[in-house]
Amino acid sequence: MRKLVPLRICLVCGIVMLIQFFIPHNYSQTFFQYALDWLIVCGVFAVVIGLDSNFRLHLTRIIRRKKGWGYSLITMVAVLSVAFIGIKFGIGADSLFMKIYRNVEVPMDATMFSLLGFFMASASFRAFKAKNKEATVLLIIAVLMMLGRIPIGYFMWDKLPNLVEWIMMYPNMAAQRGILLGVGLGAAAMQLKILLGIERGWLGGAGD
Amino acid sequence: MSHDIWVWVAAFLTLSILSFLYKDNPFYKFAEYLLIGVALGYGIAVTWHSTIIPKIVIPLKEGHQYHLIIPMCIGLLFWARLFPKYAWLSRWPIAFQIGAGVGIGLPLILQADVFKQIQGTILTSAILNNPFNAFSAIVAFVGVVSTLIYFYFSLEHKGVVGGIAKIGIWYIMIAFGAIFGYTVMARMSLLIGRFQFLLHDWLGLMR
Amino acid sequence: MWEKLLNLDRRWIFLITAICVIIPFLFPIGFPTNVTPPTQQIYDKIDNTKPNGPAVIVTFESDASVLPELYPMATAIVKHCFIKNVRVILMSLGMQGVGIMQMVLEDVKKEFPDKKSGIDYVLMPYVPGSGIVIMRMGEDIHKIYNVDYYGVPMDSLLMMKEIRNFSQVSLVVALAGSGAWASWVVYANQRYGASVAAGVTAVAAPDAYPFLQTHQIIGLLSGLKGAAEYETLVEDNLNFKTKKVACIGMDTQSIIHIVMIIFIILGNIAYFVVRRQKKNVS
Repeated sequence: MRKLVPLRICLVCGIVMLIQFFIPHNYSQTFFQYALDWLIVCGVFAVVIGLDSNFRLHLTRIIRRKKGWGYSLITMVAVLSVAFIGIKFGIGADSLFMKIYRNVEVPMDATMFSLLGFFMASASFRAFKAKNKEATVLLIIAVLMMLGRIPIGYFMWDKLPNLVEWIMMYPNMAAQRGILLGVGLGAAAMQLKILLGIERGWLGGAGD
Repeated sequence: MSHDIWVWVAAFLTLSILSFLYKDNPFYKFAEYLLIGVALGYGIAVTWHSTIIPKIVIPLKEGHQYHLIIPMCIGLLFWARLFPKYAWLSRWPIAFQIGAGVGIGLPLILQADVFKQIQGTILTSAILNNPFNAFSAIVAFVGVVSTLIYFYFSLEHKGVVGGIAKIGIWYIMIAFGAIFGYTVMARMSLLIGRFQFLLHDWLGLMR
Repeated sequence: MWEKLLNLDRRWIFLITAICVIIPFLFPIGFPTNVTPPTQQIYDKIDNTKPNGPAVIVTFESDASVLPELYPMATAIVKHCFIKNVRVILMSLGMQGVGIMQMVLEDVKKEFPDKKSGIDYVLMPYVPGSGIVIMRMGEDIHKIYNVDYYGVPMDSLLMMKEIRNFSQVSLVVALAGSGAWASWVVYANQRYGASVAAGVTAVAAPDAYPFLQTHQIIGLLSGLKGAAEYETLVEDNLNFKTKKVACIGMDTQSIIHIVMIIFIILGNIAYFVVRRQKKNVS
C-alpha cells in the first residue's frame, strides 16, 4: 500500500501526460495547462523540505555544543536575519536584502569557486603528464584550445582561432554527440523504468 | 580606494575565503558558514515574495482559483517527511511530480537528444556538394559512429569493431583535450573576476 | 633540481598564479578580440529583432559562482537590446539567478536611466518547476507569471500585453554554468519552436556544440572570451562606449594561459627527467 499507491500514481500521471503529447486536441491542451499549474503549485511545498535538513544539522550542533557549534550559530543567525529582512522589508532593487545579497553572498560564492583557479594551476604543474600517446593528444589539444581562445594565439597565427573552432565543431562535437546519444538513450530507458515501476530508488527511505 | 562600506564588507569576505590558500583558518570557516546561512535566508525570502504570495495567496484570495486547493493538498504531503511516522505519505507528491515529469519529458528528450542528433549526423547530398563541408561532415560522421562503438560493450572490441573503437578513443581524447583546455579557461576566468573586484572596485588600482 | 621542482610547495604556484593575474590588470595591454561565428549569430539575431516588437528573453540558470564569465554576457546582451529598443524579459529558473538578474538590471540601468520596467523590460520572479515553467510559458506567460518581480500584476504591464508566449519572443538566451541551458532546448525549442541561444561558462561549452551543429541553438557564447566578443560587437558596431569588463579580463586570460602552458611543459620535463634519473640509478 505504502509503495503501491505512489507507483500507480506515477504510472497513471506519466501515461496521461504521454497521451496528451500525441493528441494535440483542445481538451488535451486545456488539461495540459491545468496539469502544469498543479505541478508548479505542488512543487512550492517541496522547498521547505530542503531547509529542514540544514536546520536540523545546525540546531543539533548548537544545542549539543558540538565542536564548531559557534560556526553553526553564525549560519543560523544569518539565515534568520536575512530571511526576516527580506520578508519584512522587501526584496526590491534598493532594499537592504539586495545589498546583503550583492555584497555578502555573491562575493563569497564567486570567491569560493575562484579557488579552483589556483588548484587548476597546481594540477597543471603536477598532474597533467603525457604518459602515453592518448594523454599526449589530450594535452596537445588542450594547449591548442588555450592558445586559440586568447588574443595572443591570434597574433601567433591568425588561422588558429578558426582551427580551434573547427576542432570544436567537428571532432569534439562528434565525440560529444556519441556520448550524448548514449546518455539520451540511457535517460529515456531510465525514465521508462521509473514509469513502469522497475526503478524504485525515488521512493526513498520513508519506510515500507 | 572605495568609500562604500559594503564594498569593504565584500572585500573582507573575499580575502577571508582566499586565505584558505595558505591554510584552513577561522576567517575562512566564518565566511564558509556565513555563506550557507545567507544563501538559505535569501532562498526563504525569495520563495516568500516570488512564489508563496503570487502562486498561492493571490490566486486563492483574489483570483478565486479554488481548483488549486487540490495541488496544495498534494504538495502539503511533502511535509509528511518531517514526521517519521507519516513520512511515506511524502511519496505521493513525489510520484505525481516524477510521473508527470517523465510523461512530459520523455518524448521531448528523445527528440532533442537522440533523433535530432542522429539527423544532424547523417550525410546528405547537400552537405557533400562542397569539398570542405563534405570533409568536415565525414570527420563528424566517423567520430559519432566510432565513439558510439567504443561505448558499446555488448560486442567484444576485436577485429573491425576493435579498430573502429580505437578510432573512437582518439576522438574522445580530442574531446577531453577540448574540455581540459576550456576548463582551464573557465577556472582562470573565475579568478580573474575576483581580482578584478579587489583591484578595481575595492582598491581602485585599475584604470 | 628537477626533483625539487616536482615537489615544490603548491603555495608557490598559487603565488605565481596570483601575480600573473594581477600584473596585466595594473599594466593593461589591450589585446583586440576576434569574433567567432557562434557569437556573431546571436548578435545578428538580436540586432535584426524589430524594435518594440517581439521580446528577447535573457535567463540566468546559475548561481553567483560563475558570475565572472556569465555576468558580462548578460550585461552586454541587455545593453544591446536597450540600444536597439528591443524589449527584454529577464528571468531565471533558479532562485539565485533572479537576484543576479536584478543586479544586471541595476548595473545596465545606470547607462540607460530612461528604460522603464513594464515598458522596455520585465524582471520575472522565481517560480519553482524548471522545465514545467518553460512549458507553461510556451502556453501562456501570464498564467505562470501573474506578477513581475516587484509584485506588479503582469496584465498591467504595457509590454506584456502583446507578449503571451514564445510566438512573441524572438530569442531566448539561456546563460548557464552547467547543462541547465539544455532545458530550454528540450522544452522551449523542441515543443514550441522557440529560437534558443546559449551563453555558457567555458567548461560547459564543449557539450553545447552538438546542439549548435543541429541549429537547436542558433548561437553560442563560450566563457569570458564569448562575453568579450559580444562586448566588442556592441561597441564596434553600435558605437557604444562602455566599460568592457570581459575584454579587460581577456588581457589577464592571455597571460595566465601562457603561464598554464609553461606549467604543463615544466611539469612534464621535470617528470620525465626525474623518471630517467631514477631508471639510471636502478
